[in-house]
Amino acid sequence: MSAERILVAMSGGVDSSVAAALLAEQGHQLVGATMKTFCYQEEPGPSRTCCGLDGIMDARRVADALGIPHYVFDVEEEFTRDVIDDFVSEYARGRTPNPCVRCNSNTKFRDLLRRGELLGCDAVASGHYVRAGVVGGEAAIFRGRDPAKDQSYFLWGLPRALLPRLRFPLGELTKPEVRARARELRLVTAAKPESQEICFVPTGDYRDLLRRNLGERHDALRPGNLMDTHGRVVGRHRGYASFTVGQRRGLGGGFDQRLYVVGIRPDSREVVVGPKEALECRKLRVAELNWLAGEPPADGTVVRAQLRYRAPAVPGRVQHDGDGLILELEEPVLAVTPGQSAVFFDETGRILGGGRIATAAMATA
Amino acid sequence: MDRPALYLDHAATTPLRPEALDAMRPHLTGAFGNPSSAHRWGRQARAALDEARADCARAVGAEPAEMAFVRGGTEADNMAVLGRAAVAVAAGERPRAIATTIEHPAVREACDQVAVRGGESVRVDVAPTGDLDEEALAVALSRGACVLSVMWVNNEVGTVLPVERVAARARAAGVVVHSDAVQAVGKVPVDFGRAGLDLASMTAHKIGGPRGVGLLYRRRGVELAPLLFGGGQERRLRPGTEDVAGAVGLARALTLAVEEQAAETERLAVERDRLQAAIVDALPGTRVFGAEGERAPHLLNLGFPGLDPATLVMAFDLAGVAVSGGSACASGSTTTSPVLRALYGDAAEGLASVRFSLGRTTTSAEVGEAARRTVEIVTRAGALVGAGGG
Repeated sequence: MSAERILVAMSGGVDSSVAAALLAEQGHQLVGATMKTFCYQEEPGPSRTCCGLDGIMDARRVADALGIPHYVFDVEEEFTRDVIDDFVSEYARGRTPNPCVRCNSNTKFRDLLRRGELLGCDAVASGHYVRAGVVGGEAAIFRGRDPAKDQSYFLWGLPRALLPRLRFPLGELTKPEVRARARELRLVTAAKPESQEICFVPTGDYRDLLRRNLGERHDALRPGNLMDTHGRVVGRHRGYASFTVGQRRGLGGGFDQRLYVVGIRPDSREVVVGPKEALECRKLRVAELNWLAGEPPADGTVVRAQLRYRAPAVPGRVQHDGDGLILELEEPVLAVTPGQSAVFFDETGRILGGGRIATAAMATA
Repeated sequence: MDRPALYLDHAATTPLRPEALDAMRPHLTGAFGNPSSAHRWGRQARAALDEARADCARAVGAEPAEMAFVRGGTEADNMAVLGRAAVAVAAGERPRAIATTIEHPAVREACDQVAVRGGESVRVDVAPTGDLDEEALAVALSRGACVLSVMWVNNEVGTVLPVERVAARARAAGVVVHSDAVQAVGKVPVDFGRAGLDLASMTAHKIGGPRGVGLLYRRRGVELAPLLFGGGQERRLRPGTEDVAGAVGLARALTLAVEEQAAETERLAVERDRLQAAIVDALPGTRVFGAEGERAPHLLNLGFPGLDPATLVMAFDLAGVAVSGGSACASGSTTTSPVLRALYGDAAEGLASVRFSLGRTTTSAEVGEAARRTVEIVTRAGALVGAGGG
């Protein structure tokens, strides 16, 4: 591979630190970039493992150690518009959003590459556990080698034109290997814990953000009825934004069987609960589609669909439906959740495309 | 990254002069005494401090007793504004601080603090020529104030303000007048006494002295309350064990800067004008900020249309050219600088402002090379933006 000038997204975590180190070893000319995504100073509370100001400082220290320039890109405006506002409105609609998908689809690569171009960079690299490759002359993204860390689920929304310009140096590595490299290289981030929280929810409770952006009195935060699948009121809840499909906690006790959230009806502020069987889904509608490989699959094609992060892909038959598609699953899947992503793969693990789950038909509903 | 680096950010800070380092060295090594001590070590340090103070006073038209060593320009500005507000409060008055709309944040935010603490902060507009809004100034002064702060040379665009004239107006109105002279010293003739100022700030590291030391000039008889307490140093105005080495380095750098000022001003103005002409000729869409009136010789602020200012400064860095976007303190932010907004209003919107600042070590060859690289960077960035690179 010939040397390139690459903008490396560095969050201050161990993964992106090692990604930068590996590219530097390969002789590329690097520019380190950390995105400042929201105003941290207004948020009290302990520092987080990445993305916060501590993250910026750690990223800078790693860049200094590697001898590469490092800059902070203020993307607050874009991030608020494309990620935070969407996150809030999805919860308001009774869905469970996936902000990391939104960030990867918009901010992280698109906005970084736009700025990177001004800095003479041909490509953008990140510490995602996915592999970049070429199939029939076309740039492609594949699942990462480490099944426990594979992050391809989060990348289906990338603008297709960007694919040839993305670099993923960690795709062939496992997390333990990455940690080992970080220790070998004596990176200050080697022992940092995994980041778990949503980076713009430093309190750990996203409802604080909803209250601030929607107001305390928004329907999503007001009490409503718990309904069973037969339309009977079986209890009360404290606001449907606290629930996601498949959830058991927070429903209160006193039921004669284990109950799960099987649906959210924002119009009537109802949360529908039912037994585990009621979570089975055979058919779902996927909207906001984005394709990353060849032509969209023809009607009747069976693809492998991953319906939540860390879930296995399952076979399903595609039927296009207006600007979305209907996916008919060969076997029922539990707790398919509107707002989450449906990501389609071929048998080699290549991302074909994906979309947002709009509705999921419950087997018994 | 391969080409030699060009440092054109001397208004942010400039290299320590070897003469200053030589003067400081004994006080960082063998001569370690505390000037407040009565023994020989203390007396040795005291003697060095006294000499430094006298040198500084001579260089800027002041008496030694009028010079207080402080930790830098920001501290001096804060001491002037908040110290005067404290005098007003002690006299049972509500403090009013008047300042121009283009002051350095150290003055601007100190005035904000006066307002936060129950006083009042009044702003007077400045035209791009450097002239103050006379009517607004007259009104502001007529109502009385604890201090009027008017900077000598604006740090972002280089505009020279009519400090002497404003000082006369303030004196006639009985208002104490302060000037932030951080960017003026060594670049324009500076004589605090002759200018009629009551208070003035300067810092060492913009003129070849060390970072972390500055001066607050206080005309004899001008009342000023300290912000810190706990020692008799600097006539109780700035308690704390003195930085003798810093003061000595400042005195050396200041003496040299004033000695060389006339020749250096002429040289820098020629180079700055060459830099401006080369860039503007090649990039006709470029806006020159600060050239409407008298401008300090070391500053050049250019606005390039349609580019993201934060990224542009990074592109300069990667091309080996050190510059600032607006004020160095505002870098990292993509909003238009308050100074440009105050001077130019909407005309500053949509322009990426880049500040070039020349210094003692700047050579003719560097200026030519900087102009070439600037044209390259801006042309490439403009082509990307023009091609819809978003």
